This record gives sequence, C-alpha cells and structure tokens, in this order.
Amino acid sequence: MHGFGAGGEGGAAVSETIDAVTLAAGSAEGPAFVLSEPLSFWGGLDSATGRIIDQWHPQRDQIMTGTVLVMKAGRGSSSGSSVLAEAIRRGTGPAGIVLMTRDAIVTVGAMVAAELYGVHCPVVLASEADWPRIIGSERLVLRADDAKAKLQLLGGTH
Amino acid sequence: MALRLSSLDKDLLDGAHGEAAAFCMRLLTRFAEAVGAESFIDIDGAHIDGCLYLGQVSLDFVEHLVQLRGRVRVPTTLNVGSVDLIHPELFHGDREIGTNGARLMKAHEELGCMPTFTCAPYQTIFKPRFGAQIAWAESNAIVFANSVIGARTNRYGDFIDLCCALTGRAPYYGLHIPDKRRARVLVEIESLPEEWTDTGPVCVAVGHAVGKRCGSLVPVITGLPAYTQEDDLKALGAVAASSGAVALFHAVGLTPEAPTVEAAFQGHAPDETIRLTADDLRATVRNLSTVPDGTPLVGVSLGTPHFSFEEFARLMPLVEGEKPVVHIYINTNRGVLEELAARGWKDILEAQGATLVIDTCTYVTAIMRDMSGAIMTNSGKMAYYAPGNIGIDIAFGSLAECMASARAGKVVRL
Repeated sequence: MHGFGAGGEGGAAVSETIDAVTLAAGSAEGPAFVLSEPLSFWGGLDSATGRIIDQWHPQRDQIMTGTVLVMKAGRGSSSGSSVLAEAIRRGTGPAGIVLMTRDAIVTVGAMVAAELYGVHCPVVLASEADWPRIIGSERLVLRADDAKAKLQLLGGTH
Repeated sequence: MALRLSSLDKDLLDGAHGEAAAFCMRLLTRFAEAVGAESFIDIDGAHIDGCLYLGQVSLDFVEHLVQLRGRVRVPTTLNVGSVDLIHPELFHGDREIGTNGARLMKAHEELGCMPTFTCAPYQTIFKPRFGAQIAWAESNAIVFANSVIGARTNRYGDFIDLCCALTGRAPYYGLHIPDKRRARVLVEIESLPEEWTDTGPVCVAVGHAVGKRCGSLVPVITGLPAYTQEDDLKALGAVAASSGAVALFHAVGLTPEAPTVEAAFQGHAPDETIRLTADDLRATVRNLSTVPDGTPLVGVSLGTPHFSFEEFARLMPLVEGEKPVVHIYINTNRGVLEELAARGWKDILEAQGATLVIDTCTYVTAIMRDMSGAIMTNSGKMAYYAPGNIGIDIAFGSLAECMASARAGKVVRL
C-alpha cells in the first residue's frame, strides 16, 4: 500500500502531483477505478452494494466502493444525484471522483451527502492534458478545498 | 468568470429569508459554479421531481428543510410520487417504500408545494406562460414547457429543483438564454406511412428517432402533419427525452419559437440535417415492441405522461361496447379525475374494467397486479423504460390498437 507522498521511492513507483478544480470539497485516497464508458448512477449503480448494475455497461458487476472513480463525463437522469448521495450515505459509494467535464448531477449528489451527513466524497475536474496520466495511475490521492484541488498520482504507467 | 451575486442572493445566503433558504442558496451557488453560470435570475415557478422515493436520502433532504421551516418562494407543483394517495390500496410494493414514499409526498406539501403529483403540470392551471423563466424537473415536463409553451428551463432535477423553489432563483445558463435556444439540427420528415391515420404513433416514432440521433442538441422538425395536437407533441417530447436528453425541440408551424425554419435557427445554418422516411418511422415503432403481434396480454397501460382530459375524450368512443378481457390502467392527475367524475366518464371507465391511477405512474412503482406477461401501451416513454425499470415485455400501438387488443386479450393490429 502506498502512503501519501511515498510514490517514487526506490524507483518502483512513480508519483506526481497535478492541479485540478474543486467541484465538491474533501480528501480521499483509493485505488483508481477508471470507467471505460460514462455511467448513469440512476439505473446503473446499486446504492445498497456499490455495484454497477447497468446491464449494458462493460464494467457491469464491478464494485466502486472506496475507489477513486475516474470518469470522463456523467450521463443520464438527474435522479443519479439521489442514488450517488444514497451510496455515499450508506458507505458503498466511491471515496472520491475525478471528472474531465463538469457534471452537475455528480457534483450535486456529493454536495448533498456532505451537507446532510458530513460525509465528504470530493469531486474534482482535471484537465484533458493530464487525462492520460490519470487513467494510467494505480492509486489516486485527492485534496480538494474550496479554493483549489491537488491530485496525486501513484504507481502505474503515467 | 466569477459568479456575480445580487443583493437578494447575498441576503438569501446570509439567512435573511430563513435558514432553509440559506441552505438552498449555498447548494445553488456551488451548482451554479459547477455548470459555469455567472448570475442568478428570478423564476416564476418551479416543478419538483423529488416525491419519488429513491432511498433514505430523498426523505432526509426534505425533512431537513421542513425542520428549518422552509417555504417555497414561488408557485411550485409536484411530480408523481411512489404511491397513489387517493387510492393507497393500489400499491403492493415494498412496505418501506410505501410508508416513506407517502411521507415524502406529505413533507413536500409542508414546504408549501401544491399537491399536484403529476408529470404533466403543463396541463393544469399551473401551466406557465410563453417566455416565463421557470425551474422545472422531470424530463417530459421540461421538454414540453420549453418546446410547446415556450417557457424557459434547463433540465433541473434532484435537490436543485427544490433549492430553486425555496429561493425563487435559478442560475442563468443554458436554455434560460435566448441564443442557446436556437436549433442546431434540421430533422426533415420526408414521408409518412400512409397506413397510419393516427398522429400518435407518428409523433412517438419521430420523437424516438430525434432522441437517438440528436442527444441533447436542439432539433427543428419539418413535415409533421398540420393537424398534430398538443397531446401528440407531448408524446413526442416524452420519448425524445427518454431515448435522448432532448430538453427543447422546435416543430415548424406547430411550436411557438418556430414559425419558420429560419426563425428556429435564428439566422444560422444547421450543424447537421437528418432525414426520416416512412420506412424509418415504421422500423422505429416496430422496435418499440419487445413481443410479436398475437402475443397474449396481461394488461394495457395508458397515460405515461399522465392522460389529459382531451386524451380521455379521444378514448371514450373506443371504450363503448364489449368489455375488455384484460385490465386497463390509466395514469392521470387529480384535476382530470374530478372532471371525469363530473361528466360520468369515471363510472363508465371503471365499469369497463379500467383502473384510474392518480398521483403516480405504472412505470415507476408497483401498481399493476399482473406483470407475468406482456403489457400494451400507446406511450413511447412507457415502452422505452418499462422493460428495464419494472422488467416487463411491452407491445406498442396506437390508442385504437390498445383498446382492440384489450378486447382480444392479445396484441392485434388495425
């Protein structure tokens, strides 16, 4: 397991920190879970188990609990905000989320969970230029406050 | 580009209008930053899609606002809930969903929302005027308000719709802005199936194709029959907002922002042109059914979105005569139910084996008793969602075909 800032030591793993934009504040660390296609949380995520249940999604049956979810864009019904907030409330949701395009449905779900339950699932917006290195990482560390966000990339091929 | 706050916005944030409004304004400012809005505007009304119980968080959010003594600042209507509060005995689903779902609906009323519980608020006395800035949720209501009425809303949804209602403010971006409402895609209907005498299936087929092909881009449609009715455009929008993310369409000569093709494009050229032929439309309608003709039916479901009084007027002549052998469910709202009772139509429908479902909808909750076989509908939206949502087979047909099939007990075509 990598600790914060431990990447790169001994040349085995690489570590690099990049800037991002805060959409919802908080701190998180976890294995990177890169969605190969956009996912609608409504009809696509089972909030009781954290499992992907969209029968057409290539990562069907995988579990996102505790991961840092990396998704290029959001998709689908705005009811996805409720499903994400419910998953965060139950502790089955991702630890944090990295997006490449702004998404109000994801942002609102994380904001509401933070306001109602004090459980923070940070959501950050990363730049297209950094994207290939983000999706090549093994683990991600997010530090997002209202002013700025830092994203640390650990391990992998970036 | 920073978000500019008016003195009202600052007062709302500071709690001058109560703690609930301050809570909502805080969420709204971060939402506005997430969508890149630069300011807020006043709204004339809101429509809330938070009555459907999606888990404890649905109830916790609204109870929090009730505890903070929140009240809506603009006229606010409510979308369908998980149960029929007029006929609670119709619900036969999970007890927690039934109990919490009913409480969720009541809690919204305590915030000052109108107990309309309908996905067709545009066919109630709360219909907005042309050009009104509103904050609406529910995809079919959004597309109808923008397209058929010419009111202005984005695709609002969970939590944010209620935040707009409790503050009377909405972020100024997207379809609130005149030039974002211009058409991008030209959809030309080259020919219509000559055997289709009903505009219902025509509009469902066109809507389905438009949703698939246009995604969230604004289309302008040419070639719809001149006698297309409001309820046909309602069906078109509902399915386009299901198969795609269409929030606004224009139809030349039929919708208020498209007297001509040029007007709909606001002087710009189309980014893309899509041509639909009679064969395309036939294939689209055929693919909406998951079972072949002749399949035995266990029921017929009408009214997704909620049946209007005019749709009942179309239905009544088809109800006369031999009693159907399968159950018919018709989703509608409280206002229409009163009109049906006053005209004696409610008794006629019930005598013919129809169940009037109020406050909710057969495709989102456990209402239909027998789901062991195929259900027939004239709704493109029901046909699109029901197989995935409630796991049933669907046959799609015109209203007349639905009634003929209800009598035959199997899918028949006219």
